[in-house]
Amino acid sequence: MSELELRQTTVDAEAAHDREWARRGRPRAGTVIAGAFVVLLLAATAFPAFVATQDPNAISAADAFQPPSTAHWFGTDESGRDIYSRIVAGTGTSLLIGVTATVIGLALGLLLGVLASFGGRVVDFGVGRLVEVLFAFPGLLLALLVIVVAGPGPVTATIAVGLSTAPGYARIIRGQLVSIRSSQYVEAARVLGRPPRRILIAHLLPNALLPLVVLGTLGIGQAIVWAAALSYLGLGAQPPAAEWGAMLSAGRTYLQTAWWMTVFPGLAIVGTTIATTVLGRALARRERGAR
Amino acid sequence: MTANGADAVLELEELRVAFGHEEVVRGVSLTIAPGECVAIVGESGSGKSVTARSLLGMAGEGARVEAERLRIAGRDLRGAGEREWRRVRGRQAGLVLQDALVALDPLRPVGREIGDALRIHDRMPRGARRTRTLEVLADVGMPDPAAAVNRRSGELSGGLRQRALLASALVLDPPLLIADEPTTALDATVQARVLELLAEISGRGTAVLLISHDLAVVARLADRVLVMREGRVVEQGTVDEVLGAPSEPYTRALIAAVPAEVPRGALLSSEGSPVIAHPERVPIAPRAVSRGESADVPLLAFDGVVKTFPNRGGGRFTAVEEVSLAVHAGETVGLVGESGSGKTTLARLALALTTPDRGVVTLEGEPWSELGERERRPRRRRIGAIYQDALSSFDPRWNVGRILADAAGGQAANDAGARHPSRANTARRVAELLDQVGLAGGVAVREPLTLSGGQRQRVAIARALAAAPEILVCDEPVSALDVTIQAQILDLLDELQRERGLAMLFISHDLGVVRHMADRVAVMQAGRIVETGPAERVFAAPGHPYTARLVADAPRLAR
Repeated sequence: MSELELRQTTVDAEAAHDREWARRGRPRAGTVIAGAFVVLLLAATAFPAFVATQDPNAISAADAFQPPSTAHWFGTDESGRDIYSRIVAGTGTSLLIGVTATVIGLALGLLLGVLASFGGRVVDFGVGRLVEVLFAFPGLLLALLVIVVAGPGPVTATIAVGLSTAPGYARIIRGQLVSIRSSQYVEAARVLGRPPRRILIAHLLPNALLPLVVLGTLGIGQAIVWAAALSYLGLGAQPPAAEWGAMLSAGRTYLQTAWWMTVFPGLAIVGTTIATTVLGRALARRERGAR
Repeated sequence: MTANGADAVLELEELRVAFGHEEVVRGVSLTIAPGECVAIVGESGSGKSVTARSLLGMAGEGARVEAERLRIAGRDLRGAGEREWRRVRGRQAGLVLQDALVALDPLRPVGREIGDALRIHDRMPRGARRTRTLEVLADVGMPDPAAAVNRRSGELSGGLRQRALLASALVLDPPLLIADEPTTALDATVQARVLELLAEISGRGTAVLLISHDLAVVARLADRVLVMREGRVVEQGTVDEVLGAPSEPYTRALIAAVPAEVPRGALLSSEGSPVIAHPERVPIAPRAVSRGESADVPLLAFDGVVKTFPNRGGGRFTAVEEVSLAVHAGETVGLVGESGSGKTTLARLALALTTPDRGVVTLEGEPWSELGERERRPRRRRIGAIYQDALSSFDPRWNVGRILADAAGGQAANDAGARHPSRANTARRVAELLDQVGLAGGVAVREPLTLSGGQRQRVAIARALAAAPEILVCDEPVSALDVTIQAQILDLLDELQRERGLAMLFISHDLGVVRHMADRVAVMQAGRIVETGPAERVFAAPGHPYTARLVADAPRLAR
């Protein structure tokens, strides 16, 4: 093999390497569909009147228990309200509960995690045990406990779900911070003479927090399901409100005669959870690809 | 010695292995006779390991293996199913891998791991199994086999573990032993013992297929050598033919890149010369900074430094014991020693990432280890670091340009209040740095993960240079690189040092690399420096028995 060929094969190999990286950056079909669904959800949240076909709270006794048709895409409920429009109207509530609960969980987790990793050995021990105690309760049970103390309602349900997800986030954040602090790139920054404050801002926080955004996206789906479960039990949003879990609960009485009253809100919950999870996973893949 | 087809243990013709559309082995043929040792050498990605694994039906998930002939001990194995391969493994062909810690089950005593083969293949009763296990452990030179059978792999030292793994490969007395990088993870002295053992095994009539990236290991053990590159055998012949008088440019480049016994200042890589076919070395002009000029005040000095760490028993483990060592301006001090001898702790002390229990480290005659971090920080730019694993020393979210811009930012980056240099200035500085380490400007937008090992190390060097340090601490900077890439990086370090009069503390377990790079050498053993002196003198006439053993055990290429 001549020197020229040697060089050429190296160049070819590098070009192939580059192509491989370009290919990985392209999103999968599932991600695109999930993204489109989330865009739809956001549209329903921002302009419910535009996306809905009718007034979600317009009562019409004559239209009660209509099966799905061109006039009522997802049918109507016992008061003749349009299910599709109610699902659209409930999107904002469900997403808000899901996102707010996750943000509460993440914020609390971040606080505990940062305390544990920077507060010294005693604080670390204390936070560790507290998290373990919280972990000992199943998440939903912990949420129920909060509601028993604070009373039912959408706001307490949101806070309850947020609280019950916090221990998991706290543990992950602490682990991230501890491992990043002893990483070689933080050491390299110290060797370059970077002060602790700058290392915190430039290296520690971005590397610990960005994986958390991924985790949060995955968590939104779970939070929506939990919030819906609490509403279904009558502990979250109350029945007249167009909330998916509350709609499920209202429809269960008529499950045998009017299946559309439960199936479509149920599909909305499932669809939203799957879409946010698929997006979260796509983010996680990118995240792994970046390191 | 060339095997003829009739009594060869391994007969392989036109082996082709493909994963999907990518063919990684493209027509490899080889035969091995009883008692013969054949080596395959090549760099990572050459297909040597896939070739070896295909001989055991273990090429991997989704591999398509084809061959015109594939016989082990006369048995045709083309298209063999998993059941048939299982009968072959252990019985017809034993396998030894690089890392025995991974290859042996950590939860089971090694005696049981070795006995497994006897139980599965021969259904041998327990008593006979034990006898044979002890026998084979004695064969591989395990001290006190009766005690060793009850140990788990994690309780054995690296060398003994590798012996246990060899024993498990040899317990059924297979006619063929496949050894894939069997000594790569071992220290030089341990490596020498394991190589002797492999030679002995081959001497008893076992055919050995040795896979290695290390030409010196091959030279010591093999009868014949195949050089692989991109799935093809580019050259083959006896060890003397291939390593003594290579005919292929690629083989010549490989051999030339081995730094052992290449004088200080000679280029290792053939980079830059239009044709590799010039084996002559180009001497580099004498260094700009003469040694000893500022000999009175060393740039970096250790004085009676002691560093201990708490160990599990509640006591303290002494990593560095009473070390005194000085590095002067423009000088390279090589630090050699086996793993666990305290080299890396010394590097961390030099970088003030850890403080000594006793003794002091000084930088340009001024206190260094005794300073508070706040006083030390502004002076940190004087001392730079290059690590073995460049990738993990980069923030995973930063691209090359940002890494270098951050390093070049220097003081501005440290004082948040100071005015930051303009964007254009920074971009120019990054391009300059990339150019100095021989990288194209386009690399600035790449993520380190997408770069090759050699490119990553170049970026690491550029980052270290960005702050214009006076001394570089290099901890095993080329240990993870292929030999031709290693040569380029060593040449680069050499050139940069010459241009800038940099001092270097150069740490490596590879005596050849240190001998090539260092002006003076310090030999570390169990935390102590047992010998220091000019590199040539220390390696040619070691003054301490430990140094003598290290030098004797280091595999080398006869040139």
